[in-house]
Order: sequence, then structure tokens, then C-alpha cells
Amino acid sequence: MAQAAKAKRRKKEQSEYFFDYSLLFIVLFLLGFGLVMIYSASSYNAYEDYKDTAYYLKKQLIAVVIGLVLMIVVANIPYRFWARFYLIGYLVSAASIPLVLTPLGQSSHGATRWIIIPIINMSMQPAELAKLGMILFLAVLVCKMGKGIRSLKGFAVMVAFPLPVALEVYLITDNMSSAIIILAISILMVFVASPDYKKFIIMAAAVMAVAALLIFLVVSGSDILEFRGSRIRAWLDPESDPTDTGFQTLQGLYAIGSGGVLGKGLGQSMQKLNFLPEAQNDMIFSIICEELGLFGAIAIIVMFVMLLWRMMVIANNAPDLFGAMLVVGVMGHIAVQAILNIAVVTATIPNTGISLPFISYGGTSVMFLLIEIGLVLSVARKIQLKEL
Amino acid sequence: MLADSNKIFHRKKILVVFLLCTGMFAFLFGRLVYLCVWRAEHYSSLATDLHERERSIKAARGRILDCNGKVLADNKTVCTVSVIYNQIEEPEKVIEILSRELELTEEYVRKRVEKYSSMERIKSNVEKEVGDRIREYDLAGVKVDEDYKRYYPYNDLASKVLGFTGGDNQGIIGLEVVYDTYMEGEPGKILTVTDAKGIEVEAAGERRMEPVSGNDLCISLDMNIQSYATQLANQAMAAKQADSVSVLVMNPQNGEIYACVNVPEFDLNNPFELPEGTPENLSSQEEQDLLNSIWRNGCINDTYEPGSTFKIITAAAGLEAGVVTLSSSFHCPGFISVDDRTIHCHKRAGHGSQDFTHTMMNSCNPALITVGLRLGLDNYYSYFERFGLKTRTGIDLPGEAGTIMHKKENMGNVELATVSFGQSFQITPIQLLTTVSSIINGGKRVTPHFGVKTLDGDGNVAEVFEYPVTEGIVSEETSEQMRGILEMVVSEGSGSNGQVKGFRIGGKTATSQTLPRGSGRYIASFIGFAPADDPQVIAIAIVNNPQGVYYGSQVAAPIVRQLYENILPYLGITGYEESEGG
Repeated sequence: MAQAAKAKRRKKEQSEYFFDYSLLFIVLFLLGFGLVMIYSASSYNAYEDYKDTAYYLKKQLIAVVIGLVLMIVVANIPYRFWARFYLIGYLVSAASIPLVLTPLGQSSHGATRWIIIPIINMSMQPAELAKLGMILFLAVLVCKMGKGIRSLKGFAVMVAFPLPVALEVYLITDNMSSAIIILAISILMVFVASPDYKKFIIMAAAVMAVAALLIFLVVSGSDILEFRGSRIRAWLDPESDPTDTGFQTLQGLYAIGSGGVLGKGLGQSMQKLNFLPEAQNDMIFSIICEELGLFGAIAIIVMFVMLLWRMMVIANNAPDLFGAMLVVGVMGHIAVQAILNIAVVTATIPNTGISLPFISYGGTSVMFLLIEIGLVLSVARKIQLKEL
Repeated sequence: MLADSNKIFHRKKILVVFLLCTGMFAFLFGRLVYLCVWRAEHYSSLATDLHERERSIKAARGRILDCNGKVLADNKTVCTVSVIYNQIEEPEKVIEILSRELELTEEYVRKRVEKYSSMERIKSNVEKEVGDRIREYDLAGVKVDEDYKRYYPYNDLASKVLGFTGGDNQGIIGLEVVYDTYMEGEPGKILTVTDAKGIEVEAAGERRMEPVSGNDLCISLDMNIQSYATQLANQAMAAKQADSVSVLVMNPQNGEIYACVNVPEFDLNNPFELPEGTPENLSSQEEQDLLNSIWRNGCINDTYEPGSTFKIITAAAGLEAGVVTLSSSFHCPGFISVDDRTIHCHKRAGHGSQDFTHTMMNSCNPALITVGLRLGLDNYYSYFERFGLKTRTGIDLPGEAGTIMHKKENMGNVELATVSFGQSFQITPIQLLTTVSSIINGGKRVTPHFGVKTLDGDGNVAEVFEYPVTEGIVSEETSEQMRGILEMVVSEGSGSNGQVKGFRIGGKTATSQTLPRGSGRYIASFIGFAPADDPQVIAIAIVNNPQGVYYGSQVAAPIVRQLYENILPYLGITGYEESEGG
């Protein structure tokens, strides 16, 4: 007892405030792991297309370095500083999405989802900005509404604000997965902010009922869903249509299945040799499974669970509601995206393009995620250790 | 600062969110365990199929061995040349070299080189030296794989029996077709790991699944007898300027065929070569028809009117039914009237009075017609069927022709009379030989055959073939009487040219005019067996359309005689003089 008290005192002497090194370590681990896997998954294609095996690795590395710098900057700015920008953030993200239709817009893989930022000449996805903007906006809104959030009206307001942005993302950039993520983040934040359970259980039940209805419609051969219908069919039975819509799903399953428990070994994937589309991107988790097996997959999943746990600890101990809601938003963002990505790769849900946070290739995504982690670290720094 | 009451429900809610997410991760992990453990085999085998390009390795086809183990059909190493589109670096050079070395048109090679496919075969059955030369050019994207080609060491020997194989080593005619499944073996594979565009992954190397060689086929054919019979047939064909000559030699006790000759034979190593003097501008259909006629095995695929050799069947039926005995007396005035028709004997003056044995020695038509008429239509027809003449013999060669016989309800006495001496219906030579065998061997109808057994790669017996035998075709007594009669035919009657000094030979000649009558075309034949009292070998010689003398006794019997003079000692059949001397 005496020793414990002594240790506690020593810790207190070292720093009065808390810096979450565990969180930082987990993020760095995921980033490093991601870079190794991006190199492994993309080097063959990169050499074929650009005569440089490290082409994708280099681009991602630059994004990671910029992201880390931004993270450190954000972590050192008291998070309350950002609260004043909540409305601007909301409006800017809402306004940036239609920019993809202007000459600034850039297409890739048949979808127009990027804009080129003039002067620095970098491409970015407005949808990623919108996710961050929405987290900030809702965190501030929750604080402003106070107890008003408990009424049905307050709840309706909380849901009403994210909807137009989500619709923009879905309709303008044809990016259903980002729209779903924005909505899911919002609902998670509202869920945490309001003491009620009933509304959310009813909502979850309604979503499941609609999903079940859609699956039923597709199975019974209705065409009202058009190409999304064929995606659902491909998900239900990927081997029935191995060349068309089921192709990517099936190729991912080939990779996971041929990895088995122990995997083929780092760099030994066969599926990355042009067989699996988006090997370094949305489907990178299946390459991890192929090369590192079930154990590699466990490592990633455990890391994500630990990341969420650290964020839960920070949110629970946040000095104020705004800080807690910011962390909850980031936590929701990372959790939803990681879960949906692994669910797509394992053909648990129909195929939709979602990247794996910190690991998939994609500069905008990793930069905004690191800014979000910077916010979380900033909240963590305000935790007074004596409160712990 | 969070108010304390708020803090409690917020913390609870955050914990709920965390637990929900952890639960979902746990569920996804469970799904991964299912995919990586239970479905791993399924998906990895599908993935392997996807990653590997397959090149098949031909299996060595089983050889065909004669009864002494001499190899009649063998394999030699040849090459298959293919191209892999995605690996070709210098298409023009490849086209130029391949068209020159393989003696193909540039256009033909270009079409295949420029075709976008994972692997395209340019030419198979390329001589090994040519394949080695192409390999030495070391052209990227050109594959030279070794495989086997059928090779027949004796060229045209027993060509219509052995048959030959096609480009994929599949049997096309003859024994090669019938025993295809035994001899073909299982092809192996060379599996090369490639990326999605079909480019080889160098580090992955190749995986080979070794082919399984086919089993060797041992046949009853004796190369020595076959080649001697072929020689005799060729001599006879040349001497008599005949269209074709067939010789069949069989063991009447078990149906094993020692020789099956149909001259002209064809070269098994060049089966598609057209004979000299063939008009140049044949359509492919005409060419195929011509080749089919060259490949026909006359002993099995063609029917003919047997003529007087068929009197053996009529006589046996008569004896078996008891309508005649050896002592029955017949009178031949040179013709016989059946209903409103007069049928002449070949001896217009008539044979006069004769006993039954002498009617056969004289090959007297009116006497044998009398036997047939005494049997009556119902009886005769039922014997015809009981002897197995309406069914195929079941010989192990493809395309055996069926018997062309009157329908019973369309037969009157005139038809019965003509059938009795072997006219107005058609059977195959093998059918006649098999039926006569059953009459002289004590009444067993054996199944004529070549295939005896198969041997596996180590020379062990893999399978012994068994063939059905029908007992009780005729009684042993009838059989013995027939052997006696037929020995008399050779020793003192019309078959005297079939005599072999020192051996007891039984036999019967035939000279049948082919349809239409009066065309001057004849088929001369002789069927003979030895020893007459215990037949161990039976042979039939058929000369189709001989010029000049056309009698079976003059044209066909000497072939069998010469054959027996050589093969009876060879087969270890002892003659009577030797046993007397010893």
C-alpha cells in the first residue's frame, strides 16, 4: 500500500497532465503495419504500372508524415479552440462536396470523389473532410442543446443536420459507404448524448427490418434496386457470378481462404498479382489474411479493439462534455469504418467501397484520421491525473 | 465539466458503444475463423486453379504385344510446340522461325502467335530433332513439350487389326479403339503459377503431376504367322490379279486369332497417305471415303455370299436333326427342281449316285439342297439361329458387320434351297470361321478375339480378358462326323489342293459368283483346319475377284496349304507320319 502510494506520488510529480502513449503507440503500430502491407500488396502492380515497386508506398508515406505533423499540431492545441469553428466546419464540408462537379473535381475508378486543392496541388476527398466536420459540429451541438437533446425535438434536430451532408455525399459523389459512415457517426454521438435507449432500439430494429426486406426483394428476383441489387445477389452467393459483380468478393475470399491459419508468409500473396482488384486499398485486409493468416487478422482486430478501449477511457474521463463527444465521434468513425471494412472483405455484408482505417492506401483518409487522433490526444492531455 | 449525473449515463453509453463494437469485432473474428479454417481448403483449391496454368503431359500409351511378346505398336518421343501470348517478346522472329522449322505457312503461324489466349498449340507430333532445334533458339514465350507418338515397327503388318491413333493418341480404328481405355493411361500436368495476365511467376516454379502410363495389351496375334500369311496373300493377289485377299487363322478351341490378313494393307505410320494414282482434286468427303475403304477390315466389316463352304453348316444341321446319316444315298442328275425353279449343279453332267460323305466331297448342290428341303424351312431357320449366324460373333474389333439374311416369313423353298448351298444371303468371313469352328470343335461356339490380357507398367498382369462360350451348338457325335467328312473332302475330294503332306487336314472349298450374277466376278475361298481329328487351328483364305482360274480349290486352297506347311510345325502340331515313325 505504501509502495503504491509512493508510486502514485512519483507519477504525479512527473506530469500533472495525461498523455496517452498507449493510444499513440497503437496508432503508430497500425500505420507501420499498414505501410508494410501496402508495399506488399501494391509492389507488383506498382512495378507493372509505374516501374517502381514503392510507388504507392512513397505516396502513402508522404501522407502519413504530413498526417503525423498535423496530429502533433492538433494535439498541442487545446481542443476547445476548435469549438468556435463548428458552423464554418459544417458549411465548408457541405460546400466542398459539390466542388467535385467543378473543374477541380478528379475522377478515379469511374467515380468522381476527389477534388484537387489548388496551389499545393494535392487531391483530397471532401467526404473525409465532411466526417471530421460532422464530428466537430455535433459535439458542439450536443453541448449547446444541453438537456434539450432528451426531447423528441432535440433528437430530430440532431439527426436532421447530418442528413443533407450524407445525402450530398451519396447523391453527388455516389459514395454510399461514406454517407452511411457519416450517418452512423451521428447516430452514435446522439446515442451517447441522450439517456434514452428505446428510440435507438426501435431505430436499430427498423434498419434491420429494411435490410431484411431489401434482401428478400433481391432474392425474390425484383429489379427495383438495379445495380445495388446485383451487389446483394453477389454477396449472397459470390460463386454464382464469379466474373461480374461477385468477382471482387470472391477474389477476396480466395485470398482469405488460401491464407488459412498461419498465412503464406509476408510477401507471398498470389491474389495481389492482379487477381484481386483494389488489393492495396479496400481489400487490403484479405491480403493481410492471405499473407499472415488468421494470426495477422487477430493482431489487427485486437489493435482496433485496444484503440477503441483507449478512446473509451479518454471519453469517460474527458474534462467536459464537448471533449467527450469529440472522442466519441472519432471512436465511432474508426469503429464503424473498421467493422464495415472487415465485414465487406469477409463477405458478411454486401460489397461497398470502405477503406480500413490507418491501413488501406489513401492519403486523405489517413491524414484526416490522424487529425482526429490529434483531437483525441488533445482531449487526453486535459485529463487531470488526479481525477483518474 | 460533466455534471456527475450526466457523467454516469454518458459513461454507461460509451461503454455500451464500446461493447457493441467489440461484439461486432468478435463476430467478424468468428467469421474469419470459419473462412480460414473450415473454408480454407475450398477457397485455396479454387485459388490454386486460378493461379496455375495447365499444360498436359501425354501419358505413354500402352504398347500392343503379340503372343510372343513382340512389340507391334510402340511409342516414340515427339514434341508439341506451343506459344504463350503474354510472354512472347519478338513475335516476328517467333513467326519466322516457327513457320520455317515446322514447315507451316507464315499465315497459319501468325494467326496462332497473335491470338490472345493463355496458351496456343502450334503443332503437335513434331520430330524430336526439330523440337530440340526450336528449343535451342531459346525464344521467349515458345514452349516445346515432349510427348509420345504411336509408332508401328512393322509398318503395314496387321494394319487393319491394330489400327492407329490420332493426334491426341486416341484410337481411331482397330484394336487401338477397342482397347483405348486400357492403353490410354492418365495424362499428367505441368502446372505453372502465373499472375492474372498469364505471366509466369518465376519464384513459384512449376508443379508436375506425372502421367500414368497406359497398360500394355497382349494379343493372340502371332507376328510370324501374320507376316507369313501376309506374304502368301500378297503372292496370291499378285498372281491372280485379285482385288483383295483375306486370310484368317484362328484357334477353333478358344477363339484366339493368330492372324488376320487383308491385303492390300496400309502403312500404320502414315495412315492418311493416299495410294499412288489417286486423283489430285478430291473433296475432303471423297478423300475420307477413300481412306475409310482403305482402312476397312474385310474379314469383319464386309459380308459376302459364302458359297459352298456354307454346305458345312447345312450338312451339320442335317446330321444333327437326323434327316441324313453318313450312309444316306443321294442321286444327282446335274440339277434339281425346287417348286417352279431348276437349280443346276456346278457339274452339269451330275454326280450320279453318292453317299452323304461323297456329296460333300463333290460339293454337290442338289444333294445339299435336298438336305435343306428335308429339314424344312422352320427347322433350317432355327438351326441357322442356333448356330449363332444371325448374331454378331462379338469379336473385339469395331464395326463388325451383321448377317444379311432373308426374313423367315419371306422365305420359300427356292430361298431355302439357295441358302442350303451358301447363296442369296451374306455373312462375314469371321462369322463363317466361327460357326465352322463350333461345328468341328465339339459344339462350342467360341468368341473370336485378339485381346488376351493387359500388363501394367511393371509387366504384371493387370487384367485377363474372358470371352463367352456357348456350349451344345451341335452334338459331339455330329461334330465328329463332320470332321470325318471334311477330312475326306481334302484327302480325296474337291479340297485336295489343301492337303499338307504328313498332316490330317479337314476343309471345304467354295467358289461363289458375286452379285450381279453373270458379271464374271468370283470369290474363291477355302476353309481348312488341322489336325482333322482334333482341330487346333482353323484358317480361311478368301480371294476376291481372281483373274483366270477362279475356283476355290485352285486359288484359295493352295494358300492355306502353304500356310499350314509352315505354321503347323511352328505351332507344334504333330503330323501322323512322324508319330508312326516315332
